[in-house]
Amino acid sequence: MTATPATAPAPAADSKPRTPRPRQRTAAYAAPSVLRIGRARAALELRQFFRDRRQVFFTFSMPIVMFLLLASIFRETYKDVGVTTQQIYVTGMLATGILSTCFQGLALQIGGERQNGTLKRLRATPMPPASYFLGKIALVVVSSLGQAAVLLGLGAAFFGLDLPTAPGHWVTFVWVYLLGATACTLLGIGASNLIRGENGGPIVLLPIMVLQFISGVFVVFAELPKGMQTVSALFPLKWMCQGMRSVFLPDAYATMEPAGTWEHGRIALVLTAWVIIGFVVCTKWFRWKGRDEG
Amino acid sequence: METTPGNTAVRVRGLRKAYGSHTAVDGVDLDVRTGEIFALLGPNGAGKTTATEILEGQRGRDAGEVAVLGEDPARAGAAWRARIGIVLQESKDFAELTVAEIVRHFALYYPAPRDPDEVIDAVGLADKAGSRTTQLSGGQRRRLDVALGILGDPELLFLDEPTTGFDPEVRRRFWDLIAGLRADGTTILLTTHYLDEAEHLADRVGVLAAGRLVDVDTPARLGGRHLAPATVRWTEAGAPQEIATDAPTAEIAALSARFGGEVPGLSVYRPSLEDVYLTLIGEAR
Repeated sequence: MTATPATAPAPAADSKPRTPRPRQRTAAYAAPSVLRIGRARAALELRQFFRDRRQVFFTFSMPIVMFLLLASIFRETYKDVGVTTQQIYVTGMLATGILSTCFQGLALQIGGERQNGTLKRLRATPMPPASYFLGKIALVVVSSLGQAAVLLGLGAAFFGLDLPTAPGHWVTFVWVYLLGATACTLLGIGASNLIRGENGGPIVLLPIMVLQFISGVFVVFAELPKGMQTVSALFPLKWMCQGMRSVFLPDAYATMEPAGTWEHGRIALVLTAWVIIGFVVCTKWFRWKGRDEG
Repeated sequence: METTPGNTAVRVRGLRKAYGSHTAVDGVDLDVRTGEIFALLGPNGAGKTTATEILEGQRGRDAGEVAVLGEDPARAGAAWRARIGIVLQESKDFAELTVAEIVRHFALYYPAPRDPDEVIDAVGLADKAGSRTTQLSGGQRRRLDVALGILGDPELLFLDEPTTGFDPEVRRRFWDLIAGLRADGTTILLTTHYLDEAEHLADRVGVLAAGRLVDVDTPARLGGRHLAPATVRWTEAGAPQEIATDAPTAEIAALSARFGGEVPGLSVYRPSLEDVYLTLIGEAR
C-alpha cells in the first residue's frame, strides 16, 4: 500500500545522529513569487467559492431578493426629476452589494479561517502573506462584480433602469467601485479580528444594518431625517450609494442630493480616507492567530 | 545570531511562557539532535503544545533562547519555513477541495517539494485523492495533515499528537511512515499521549510536567527504568508471593529448584514506560 519501507525502528539505545539525506536545495533560497502564488490562491479561492452552492446562492440572491421586495413595496415617481424609486433602489443595492461582499463576507470568512485552522496552517508554510490577500481580493472582485451585473441586468430589463452610454459615467462607476470595494475589503479583513467562535456574525451584521438604513439603501436618502444624513456621511456606504446614483440616475436628480450636486470630489475624498483607515487597521491589527493563542 | 552545532536541530535554553498568572512553560532546556525522533510526553496542560508551537514559530515566548535549524523561530522568515514541516493538531479547513487539489496547491509554496502524488501515496490516501476532505474519516483527515507536513521535504518535522483517533492498524502504518522519514534523515519532534507510540518510535523521550522538563532519556532508560529492580511473582501455599530483585534469573532458578520444576503462577515484571512516566509526572505534582 504505502511506498514507505516498513523499516523497524533502530534500537532506542542507538541515538547517534544520522546523516541527513542531501536535499535538492539551491544554495540561495528563492522565495516563491508573490504574484505566482497569488494567482494560485485566487484560483483556489474561486474554486472553493463556486463549489459551495449555498454560498453562491445566498451571495447572488440576497441583494436581488431585497431589491425585488423594496421595488415592489415602494413604487413612486419623482416627477420633476423623472426618477422612480425602483431606479434608486438598484443604485442602493449596487453599493450595499459591495459592502456585504467585501466587508461582511470577508470578515466572516477570514474570521472562520482563523478559527478552523486555515490561517495557522498557511503560516506554517513559506507562502507569502501578500498572496493570501491577493486571493481574497480576486474572490471579492469576482463575486461583487457578478452581483452588480445581475442587478444591472434585472434593473435594465424590468425596472426602467437606463444603462448609461456616456463613457464618463462608466469611468465614475469604475472609480466609485474601486475605492468603495478597496475600503470595504480592507475594513473587512481588519474586522475579521472581531469574529470569535462560530457565532461571530452579529458583530458585523448589526453595524451594516444600521448603515443600510441611514445611508439610503432601504429608504430614499433625500427623505431621511437630517441627523441621520449627517451621521451616515461619516461612513463609506452613503458615499458609495451617492456615487452609484450619479452613474445611473439622470443628472436632474442631483438637485435632490443634500448638497444639490453629486459631490464627486467629496465622494472620492471620503472613500480614500476609509481606504487609508482600512489599510492602517489591517497592517497594524491583522492577526494570523486566534486571540487565545498568544 | 545564535549559532548551533551542525548536529543539533533544536536548541532551547530557559524557555518560559505564561498566560496571565498561569506559567505554561517554566524554564525548559532541550536539545534535539539532527536525525533523531524526539518524543515530548506529558499530561494535558503540561505545556507540550505551547512549547512545540513556540519552536514552530506559531507562538511568542516570554523568555529564553531558542534556535531551530540555527534560527530564532520568532524572527525566521519564509526560507526557514521552507525547511520545516508542521503537522498541527486537528483542523477542519478546506472543506470544498479534494485531497489531490490541496496537496498540489500546497506544493507550490515550497522551493523543492516532494512529488504531490507520491506524498499522497505515501500516507495511504491514493484511493482518496479525488475525494473532498468532508468525505474523509478522522484518520484519513489526519493523514492529509501529515501529507501537507512532509510535502516540502522538511529537514525538521513537528508532529503534534499525530495519531489521535487512529485505529490500531492505521497507527501501525503511520509509524512505518514516520520510521521511513527518519531513515531518510528527517529530524522529528513528536508530541503524543501514547506511551507505546513513544516507545516504538522515539530515540529519546522528554517528559514535561507542569511546564518543566522532568527527565530526558531513551525510552529504555527514562526515569532509571533500566536500573529498577524486577519483580518476580509466584503462588505458594495458595497465596501470591513476590520479591523485588536485581537478579530475577537466579531467583527463578532457586524457585524452580525448590518446587522441583514448574513454579506455579510465575511471572517477571519490569516497570513499563508507563510506570516510570506516571512516577515522573506524579513526582512533579
